[in-house]
Amino acid sequence: MRIIPRQVETFWTLFTGPIVWALHFLLCYVGAAIFCAKPDMFGVSFEAVRMAIAGITVVALAAIAFSAFLAWRQWGFGSDDPPHDDPTRRDRILFQGFATLLLSGLSFIAVIYVALPVLFVSECLR
Amino acid sequence: MTAPADKLPAKELEAQTRRLRKVWENPTGWRYWTSVNNTQVGLWYASAAFIFMLFAGCLALLVRVQLAVPENGFLTADFFNQAFTLHGTVMMFLFAVPIFEAVAIFLLPPMLGARELPFPRLGAFGFWSFFIGGVFVCGSIFFNSAPSSGWFMYPPLATDKEMTGIGADIWLLGLSFIEVASIAAAVELIVGIMKCRAPGMRINLMPLFAWYLLIVAGMILFAFPPLIAGDILFEMQRMFDWPFFDADRGGDPLLWQHLFWIFGHPEVYIIFLPAIALMAMIVPTFAQRPIVGYSWIVLAAVGTGFLSFGLWVHHMFATGLPQISLAFFSAASEAVAIPTAVQIFVFIATMLAGKVIFSTPMLFGTGGIAIFVIGGLTGVMVALAPFDWQAHDTYFIVAHLHYVLIGGMLFPVVAGIYYYYPLIDGKHLSDRLGRIAFWLMFVGFNVAFFPMHLTGLRGMPRRVFTYPSEVGWDWLNLTSTIGAFVFASGVLVVVFDAVRPKRNHPPGEVNPWRAGTLEWISEPKENWGVRSVPHVKSRYPLWDQPDLFQDVNDGRYYLADAEEGRRELIVTSVLDAEPMQVQRVGGTAYVPIVSAFSLGAVFIALTFHWWAGAALAGVAFLCALLYWLWTGTAEIPEKSQRDAGLGLKLPLYASGPDSTGWWAMFITMVGDSTAFASLVFSYFFYWTIHEDFTAGIQGPGIFWPLVALGLFAAAWALMAAARWPNSAGATRICLVTAFLLTVAASVAGFMGPWSSAMEPTEHAYPAIVWLLAIWVIVHAAAGAVMQLYCLARSLAGMLTPEYDADLRNTVLYSHFLFITAAITFTVIGLFPEAL
Repeated sequence: MRIIPRQVETFWTLFTGPIVWALHFLLCYVGAAIFCAKPDMFGVSFEAVRMAIAGITVVALAAIAFSAFLAWRQWGFGSDDPPHDDPTRRDRILFQGFATLLLSGLSFIAVIYVALPVLFVSECLR
Repeated sequence: MTAPADKLPAKELEAQTRRLRKVWENPTGWRYWTSVNNTQVGLWYASAAFIFMLFAGCLALLVRVQLAVPENGFLTADFFNQAFTLHGTVMMFLFAVPIFEAVAIFLLPPMLGARELPFPRLGAFGFWSFFIGGVFVCGSIFFNSAPSSGWFMYPPLATDKEMTGIGADIWLLGLSFIEVASIAAAVELIVGIMKCRAPGMRINLMPLFAWYLLIVAGMILFAFPPLIAGDILFEMQRMFDWPFFDADRGGDPLLWQHLFWIFGHPEVYIIFLPAIALMAMIVPTFAQRPIVGYSWIVLAAVGTGFLSFGLWVHHMFATGLPQISLAFFSAASEAVAIPTAVQIFVFIATMLAGKVIFSTPMLFGTGGIAIFVIGGLTGVMVALAPFDWQAHDTYFIVAHLHYVLIGGMLFPVVAGIYYYYPLIDGKHLSDRLGRIAFWLMFVGFNVAFFPMHLTGLRGMPRRVFTYPSEVGWDWLNLTSTIGAFVFASGVLVVVFDAVRPKRNHPPGEVNPWRAGTLEWISEPKENWGVRSVPHVKSRYPLWDQPDLFQDVNDGRYYLADAEEGRRELIVTSVLDAEPMQVQRVGGTAYVPIVSAFSLGAVFIALTFHWWAGAALAGVAFLCALLYWLWTGTAEIPEKSQRDAGLGLKLPLYASGPDSTGWWAMFITMVGDSTAFASLVFSYFFYWTIHEDFTAGIQGPGIFWPLVALGLFAAAWALMAAARWPNSAGATRICLVTAFLLTVAASVAGFMGPWSSAMEPTEHAYPAIVWLLAIWVIVHAAAGAVMQLYCLARSLAGMLTPEYDADLRNTVLYSHFLFITAAITFTVIGLFPEAL
């Protein structure tokens, strides 16, 4: 069994990082919104919500880092420089890898941005 | 084989050209309007959008005149409300979004080296829908019945019939109709970009305009449906008093704000990205070099597309949501500045690396971006909740949004007009008038809108129809009004330049700016898109493939002929654009117009509560649609393959994921599912805001929802099996049985809320349960029509085990139908019991 999946050729891998960002964002927002709307339902404190968000943030960052690694591999570990504009399958794959890598970087930063508020906000203030 | 074929002898070439020209020619006389060619439809679309823009601009000038001096009596308060509401509505829904659809329909096929987009009749249908809806909405002001509660229609004001009259219905129904057109365009553009690029145009060679449009069309699929869902809730409240937004009966006005802004914020980027896409075409041409950082632009487009969905609550900072929620959206709003800025740096880098020709399009483009950057910076300010609380609903916001939209969209669009005008009839706009227009617009804009930041910080709220003289807003407002008129005069110069007769102008060259991309290869007077479909080997084929221009126009590439007298285009694979199929597309026809007018009649009749008229128009629309499908789609070709040229033989028929129709169904249903998800969101939203969201009202129970679920599952299984027996008889039995099960399932779905005597006007809970059940039943009805349609096609010999596109599309639909039913009946049946 291999731990690192084989390289796949599809259009959709490009969106891995942003999709992880979107899921992370939704979980944070929906989780906190439900908690603040129905605080008694869960029987936990806001502290637990903060810890949960910290937890999913770590998972999301790890997932993005992993997708970035796969993208880096698809980019041939940087063996060639952009612009990757030759009319060949090889350049198309390198382009996909590079673009996916860039998007992973952006998603990584955006996940950190979204998680930052739990460092400062400590209750369901309205 | 990618090298061009040998040139034909002159006589044969001429015969070939004549055949091709005849196939693609436009009808003459009044039948001209039945054309479905992308060039005509794109031009009509753009012209209509532009006329709506001028109309909305006039409304803005009326608003500015009223505000020029304190305590002015130029307009009544009510007419002022109508004017600013219609101004915002028209600019957003009838200009900013449609203009990009128009430009895309016009430009994309030649840019991708294609003859047409894959569904030309759908494109024409979209245009006519837009046109009818637009005239309906704009016309209302002449009857003093325009919407008057602001372009985002907040309840409880906008749900109050006495306060708003029929204007709100016109807004809701007229715009819902236009949203249908937008989704049609999104389907057309996604399939066109992914499946209809010229052979060889791999995704790393795709023009950046296409990348942007692909992302934007995807955003439309996820952004517009929540608004459609919101419109349905809203109109159900206004028409039948279902209290979705009525706090007294368990509803919540904030739900509308969520649904509206889940649409409304991505919409800003849906408007902005295509305009930047134009810049991504213009800047390399005038910097005379390829774009620096192609992949970075892709990063920016995709990144902005995603992040823009995490911003909607920043329009709701002042509604009392928990601070932690505000903070998430504030953070995402700051993050979106990163990809937005990347694009601007890419343009700057390209200009630094090249030799810039400072032409009129560049003037508008760079001027616009300078304005946009200022709007972006105030955007970063208002993304901070504490600052927003101070500036919320003041003229500071008015200034911010106009800097963003006019700088980020209108200026680049005018740049695009100056740049692409030669594609229309081979003639240029005047450089001199262009520069005059630019300076009038640029100076006028800043004089009009910069002072509004100060007016806002001095406390002037938006949307007030007048103000007292002693509060210190008067000279700022007067300055703004003067600036607005200077700006308008600049727009007028552009309009004059565009419409004045140019008979004396010499016809220009085919590629006057020496651009590198394929849209400049075709002669404006020809209607066929490209003379022959080229094999692309570069991002800038006209720069890097020196003989391409001549070879394409000598008919030395693919599909140079139309022997069978049919409009044809090449379908290629998603990643590497390998040729897969020759697809025949619909030509000139009445049916898109008839369909659009009958669907428009449904919406207009509903506005005035003419139920019989609406039903009649609905039947007419269904008949037109079925006729359209029956005569124009999934036709079994007279031969299985066609010689596409250069020794390439391609099939003429495709079904399932290989076909464009299957993709269109898939994409449409993704949009449809988003609307459905918004309704489910509404259900759970009510759960979060109430202690007991059922308010003690009896729900639909478990029995009927589970029976419905079981029957839908059985119908779905039969549909999934219908393709396997490989025999027409077995397929027909599956279809008939699935049809009966679908009908039975719908009845069971109806019985749930019905047997518990749930009264939808009583409370938001029964209302949302009914709405979800009706949603499934309506979709089941559409599925049943498709099943009967497949049966009829099979009996008529037009659907066989070999030629099964209709069946596979219907099976795909049934997957989505089953998911919808499963979620609905689980939610309405089991969720209340689980509490």
